[in-house]
Amino acid sequence: MKHIIGIIACCICNLAYCQNCTSSLNGYIEDFHDGTPISGATIYIETLNTYKTSDINGKFTIKNICDGKLVIVVSHLACDTKRVEIDIEGETNYELNLEHHIEELDEIKINGKINSKLTKTSQESVLNTETIERFSALNLGDALKQVSGVSAINTGNAIVKPVINGLHSSRISVITNGVLLQDQEWGIEHAPNIDLNSAGTINVIKGANALAYSGDAIGGVIVLKPTNISLKDSLYGKTILSAQTNGRGYNVVSSLTKCWKKGWFINGQASLKRFGDFEAPNYNLTNTGLETKGINLNTGFKTFEKGFNINYSYLTNEIGILRAAHIGSINDLVDAINNTEPILIEDFSYDINAPRQEVTHQIFKAEFYKRFKRFGRFEFQYDFQDNQRFEYDVRRTDDNKPAIDLNLKTHSIRADLKLDANIKAIYNFGVSARYQNNFANPDTGIRRLIPDYDKYDIGVFAISNLKWGDKTNLDFGVRYDFNSIDAKKFYLKSRWEERNYSQDFNDIIIDDVGNQFLANPVYNFHNVSLSAGISHKISSSQSILFNYGLSQRSPNPSELFSDGLHHSAARIELGDLRIKQERSNRFGGTYQLNTSKLQLNVEGFVNHIKDFIQIIPFGTEQTIRGAFPVWNYTQTDAFLFGVDVTANYDFNDQWRINNKSAFIKGRDTKAKTALIDMPAFRTVNILGYTNKKWLGYNASLESEWVFRQNDYPNYNFETLNPTTQQMVLVDISTPPPAYDLLHFRNDITVLLSDKTNLNIGLYVSNIFNTSYREYLNRLRYFADDLGRNFMLQLKLNY
Amino acid sequence: MKHLKELSILIIALLIITSCSDDDNPIIVVEEEVITTMTITLTPDGGGTSTIMQTRDDDGDGPNPPVVTNPVNLAANTTYTGSIELLNELESPAEDITEEVEELDDEHQFFFSATNAIATFDYTDQDDDGNPVGLNFTLTTGNAGTGTVTVSLIHEPMKDASGVSDGDITNAGGEEDISETFNVVVQ
Repeated sequence: MKHIIGIIACCICNLAYCQNCTSSLNGYIEDFHDGTPISGATIYIETLNTYKTSDINGKFTIKNICDGKLVIVVSHLACDTKRVEIDIEGETNYELNLEHHIEELDEIKINGKINSKLTKTSQESVLNTETIERFSALNLGDALKQVSGVSAINTGNAIVKPVINGLHSSRISVITNGVLLQDQEWGIEHAPNIDLNSAGTINVIKGANALAYSGDAIGGVIVLKPTNISLKDSLYGKTILSAQTNGRGYNVVSSLTKCWKKGWFINGQASLKRFGDFEAPNYNLTNTGLETKGINLNTGFKTFEKGFNINYSYLTNEIGILRAAHIGSINDLVDAINNTEPILIEDFSYDINAPRQEVTHQIFKAEFYKRFKRFGRFEFQYDFQDNQRFEYDVRRTDDNKPAIDLNLKTHSIRADLKLDANIKAIYNFGVSARYQNNFANPDTGIRRLIPDYDKYDIGVFAISNLKWGDKTNLDFGVRYDFNSIDAKKFYLKSRWEERNYSQDFNDIIIDDVGNQFLANPVYNFHNVSLSAGISHKISSSQSILFNYGLSQRSPNPSELFSDGLHHSAARIELGDLRIKQERSNRFGGTYQLNTSKLQLNVEGFVNHIKDFIQIIPFGTEQTIRGAFPVWNYTQTDAFLFGVDVTANYDFNDQWRINNKSAFIKGRDTKAKTALIDMPAFRTVNILGYTNKKWLGYNASLESEWVFRQNDYPNYNFETLNPTTQQMVLVDISTPPPAYDLLHFRNDITVLLSDKTNLNIGLYVSNIFNTSYREYLNRLRYFADDLGRNFMLQLKLNY
Repeated sequence: MKHLKELSILIIALLIITSCSDDDNPIIVVEEEVITTMTITLTPDGGGTSTIMQTRDDDGDGPNPPVVTNPVNLAANTTYTGSIELLNELESPAEDITEEVEELDDEHQFFFSATNAIATFDYTDQDDDGNPVGLNFTLTTGNAGTGTVTVSLIHEPMKDASGVSDGDITNAGGEEDISETFNVVVQ
């Protein structure tokens, strides 16, 4: 928008009447945000091919020009260049706004190297496009392991959930293109439905210090942002092709973007991934194939002052789950644990049979924003998400009838106001509302694992970012969330009694059908989150950061309502209607050193979680199939602490070493034991070599060393082997041994034309084909992890 | 501000969407996959009263343990003709799972074992591949004594694996659909 204040008629009538080319232009350039004059801006007068510069008061004058159209191009350091047409009539005044301190704002252009952080006082890491592209054929969880302190909890190799400082699932919020992902994220075998390839950058914020996104992310927030669109007339695209030996599959991603200088853009992306059975070093992992299809369409209009964006994304994943991991009884589990190889090994195949998952996630988003001069930025967004999850079990009769059929629909609206007129004190206010409906299809013929429910959420937040001198940043934030769940769930009458619900909950029974009760539990939770942080630059190369976060998380539907037998784990999992919110108090501190040769980042944290919700073994229940361990959601107090280190040292332009290590301990302070499923100490050391002269050759040799988790709670128990009539140990707790893997990767870049380059990469993972099992892989009882893999990747930018 | 108008339209739209959710109660799901009851009828060769061995879990995978015939009394040195009936009594009327096993007999096999040498077992039925199923079998008791008899049903066993067609469960793989141990008195 051109801010033409007005054209004032000239008062020097004589000149105006007589001569056409004695008009003049009095220009004034000011900052859009706070109205301060901008001095030293270059004004190029296209029509006359001459230059002017604005003075200390932001003013400039062009004399002796003709009436009519005048084209000027105004540019200034750290500003977007602006080209305007001005109608000259006599002595013309013109005021122009430039977006000065643009580098402070979100819209900063990312040229691939500079990492843009979303927060100033949080423990935040950024993965750039180059890193994300390397993981194109893998999962979000695999890519995020590049951040020290982030690990993954797996079900096989295709279902990978990120773990931030020991916490996962509902304790992590994933935001993709501004949308808070709602995809039944509570289950360990529910991986985030994200096409990694749609992200240009990924920010990982540890702890609940990003209150603008969510208040209950006790573990952290993962923010995926699409590649920034540059405002010029252009058409560009990217295609990634990769093929790999393990899984004998391929991955194709292609995207095309068209944008116009005026601000319009349209962008489309499609991805396809297909793998057959993966291989452990010594055998085939039967039924571990996968097929993924994704589409992402994006269009809109974008300028500094206003814009809108409409986005649709579709992702469907069909994932086979190791056949040998589907078991019927505790005896099968004992057999699996005691056997060194899976019970069922078949020849390689691309078939994906039961047990398998078929999950489709769709997001529709509409967003618009507007900036107000000397005020700030207002943003409004609506999004709709549809998550359809089918899980197919090995059934006696019909494997093609799903055992789980859940449909989760979510509508969200969000309004956000950022007051950034004063760069030294930025305030951010926001409100969001969400409605969610879960429908569990009864046609499965299997009692619902998660009941039908309606959920309403409302959140409000206020955040301030203050600059205290040049070296210190202070952040404060407060957020309030209201969560309401209205569920309708059938309980077996025997279960209702076993849970002792008849004492406290008989008033919520609304129907009595055969041997089941229909109950209508309704919950209202009020949660308050606080965040405070300070960062300080000690010297040009050193800085420190401290932060504190208080956050509360309401129990998720699985913690409240879970009720059923899990075949992959041979266990009965039970929620509890009595579960309350958990509350986390987390302190974090970071030391950063940034010299020309050495970059060091040391992050420490302590996190006390009151009423920490966890699922642990509780006893056994006898069925016609024998005894099953019962795992119960219970609450305790937890204390977690850890240190994450990232260090990089450049010997010279070519050689460098890099280390990433993460140490974490988690304690159950009530039971005085270790917490279950805590990542073991992990250290990654990389020797890297780069030679720009050899077609930009990059190579690195990486050692990934994961220690054995020696601090684990012992939930082993004994069961009767019916055939031998002997008691046998069911060793579900003992972690697998330590492992050390070696990976190698190298790539070159060939320039095909001015605008086209081809990057060719060859990667080898697990070079020595080492057999290993990972403590945080739920299928570790059944089979080894992946063996050696060669992957060839071609990346074409055009 | 004109954007307030757009905002209010969206909020109203959202409210309409949310208020559309129906208040109908969900449909009850009666577990289809569960076997609640296994009844083994043992008829002594040469006539006499039949003996029943039964395990019945009226809440399926629920918390209540199955009710099991205890003890099972058998006559010494006698051959019994055995037949097995499987039911899902959660459904009404009860679903006969025996038929499913008969139809997919190549995917199922019963395994029998006894302690203290109180009994031996032989299959008397076959699937289309000539492998045993175990819905029909004979049980031959030894001398008087007490012990246990374990009956297991395996879904998708590897019937070709070593010893499996002779009734040895060790290499069968697959998944256990039933595993029940009966206390038996042979007198």
